[in-house]
Amino acid sequence: MPVAIEGIYGVVAEFDTPSDLVRAAQAAYHDGWRRMDCYTPYPVEEAAEAIGFHTNKVPLITLIGGLMGLCAMFSLETWISTLAYPVNIGGRPLYSWPAFIIPAYEWTILFAGLSACFGMLAMNGLPSLYHPLFNAPNFRNGATDDKFFLCLEATDPKFEVAEAVAYLESFAPASVVEVEY
Amino acid sequence: MATKDINTQDPMIDPQTGEFRVLAPGQTFKSVTAKISDIVLTPHTPLGWFGVFAVGGSVAIVLLVAVTWLFLKGVGIWAITQPVAWGFAIINFVWWIGIGHAGTLISAILLLFKQGWRNSINRFAEAMTIFAVVCAGMFPLIHVGRPWLGYWLFPLPFTMNVWPQFRSPLLWDVFAVSTYATISVVFWYMGMIPDFGTLRDRSKSKFAQYVYGWASLGWRGSVRHWMRYETASLLLAGLATPLVLSVHTVISFDFAVAVLPGWHTTIFPPYFVAGAIYSGFAMVLTLAIPLRKFYHLEALVTERHIDNMGKVMLATGFIVAYGYGMEVFMAWYSASHFEFFMMWNRMFGPMGWSYGVLIFCNIAFPLTTLWVRKWRTNITFMFIISLIVNTGMWFERFVIVVTSLYRDFLPSSWGTYRATKWDYATFLGTLGLFTALFLLFVRFLPMIPMNEIKMMLPAAKIKPKSETSAEHGVTD
Repeated sequence: MPVAIEGIYGVVAEFDTPSDLVRAAQAAYHDGWRRMDCYTPYPVEEAAEAIGFHTNKVPLITLIGGLMGLCAMFSLETWISTLAYPVNIGGRPLYSWPAFIIPAYEWTILFAGLSACFGMLAMNGLPSLYHPLFNAPNFRNGATDDKFFLCLEATDPKFEVAEAVAYLESFAPASVVEVEY
Repeated sequence: MATKDINTQDPMIDPQTGEFRVLAPGQTFKSVTAKISDIVLTPHTPLGWFGVFAVGGSVAIVLLVAVTWLFLKGVGIWAITQPVAWGFAIINFVWWIGIGHAGTLISAILLLFKQGWRNSINRFAEAMTIFAVVCAGMFPLIHVGRPWLGYWLFPLPFTMNVWPQFRSPLLWDVFAVSTYATISVVFWYMGMIPDFGTLRDRSKSKFAQYVYGWASLGWRGSVRHWMRYETASLLLAGLATPLVLSVHTVISFDFAVAVLPGWHTTIFPPYFVAGAIYSGFAMVLTLAIPLRKFYHLEALVTERHIDNMGKVMLATGFIVAYGYGMEVFMAWYSASHFEFFMMWNRMFGPMGWSYGVLIFCNIAFPLTTLWVRKWRTNITFMFIISLIVNTGMWFERFVIVVTSLYRDFLPSSWGTYRATKWDYATFLGTLGLFTALFLLFVRFLPMIPMNEIKMMLPAAKIKPKSETSAEHGVTD
């Protein structure tokens, strides 16, 4: 794991259109940059593809969560109805599994949904109210509004401030700024 | 589709398809952000907002009074007694939760079907879901008689070692509705996280920056985050779809599992779900039409949305009509004396008027007029029809609950039902609570998802190099 350069998080270029961003990101990935990220006001799938981010683990987390919910509720129902509090309801068997399906089904969805949301946040490292990028003067004006950013991070082995700035300038962005910690 | 009656000069109509546009032409990323976030970030609350909030809030206070009196005196202040032991509370519960279902349908099912037009209306439809579930969830709780023992519904380890009985649909309801409420809130909040980021970055006031900053959880729009976020949204949509279908199915089991004539039918689950969506879309229209007018959102919530919602109502309305038809048919075909009498009594008995209202509001009026495209895109007409369908769907639940209960098998046990003023006060109060909550939402939260609208703009299309450089001067 490369260590961060003291004081500099990376260099960020601002683009006006998503197409410019995607093209720059593709070129940077092609030229061997790996520790970089794009920042967009809405999901731009092509930009994620361009920086080599193809799959994520949210579906797996959701599946595991859902199965946990299913097992938890079904076994709770079985334990309650057969061991903890066995009651004869209209002569039905104590282990009336068809009736247990519905709460177990609901809890499958409940746990899966909560896992999807909180799993996504955890994988994203959120909440994190501070991030060095917010120090960039133009970032907050545009990143959640109408501008598209490409950040080359200082942890990349190729990173050298002047070179990174010059490299990004070659894509004719609206601006290139250094981001400090 | 008759297109000859359409004015092709209208800028809101796409000349290629003859359909109304989903978004008005000429929108940019900047204009979308400005339009939606300024509603929230302006320091000037419109006077009209205060007016409506005052009315909604006052009516919500009626609810507070009614519920306080209920807790002091008990459920005897309502008209429920034998044989009608389920009255307004259960009618309102089913009605409200049904309204909520359209929000989930719009946010989840239409997302899975890639219906881009839903993006404009999904946020406030989801908000409607949550506030409707708040109103709905209250009724079973206050209906139990001893609401302070409501936690007995949950499988918790008490000292007296009593556990819930999992073979009862009423307990299934607890899990269905609580899951539904939780997942709806999660889905709604998750949808707002990026928009909170936008509000944080645009707000001038330090306080608003802090509040929206916390609410956004530090969202910064990294595409890695976006991809996980999109996956999670799709998964939640995929989970909410079977959930919403199951919730009203379970609610219909509350009725269908009983042996009462008029309740004991297998058509109930699909017919309840369709009815829920029918009334929910009506409520979305009831909310969307004044909102787009008041906040000048005609460019984002267009005639296309109104038209499409009319079509969904037409489709679900026919499923509901089929349900009514099947109930009548089965009453005859079952050759059961009690079923037959129940249907006759429902139509022509002392409460036959309620069946008449139901047929008029849900079938006779909407299902004949919604065919006409000109009327479907007539805003005033659609507003009126949405109110009529909401009324009709309330009467559907009234008919199901009351007219099945008040005359069942044994004539000596027949009774009648006449709601008390506390019944009306509680129902009215929830309408006030709903209005007040919805207004707070409109004032403080982004009511249209900015990021989802931006995805639909022509500028969001990724173009190859030659095209972009050619028009680079234009976009600047």
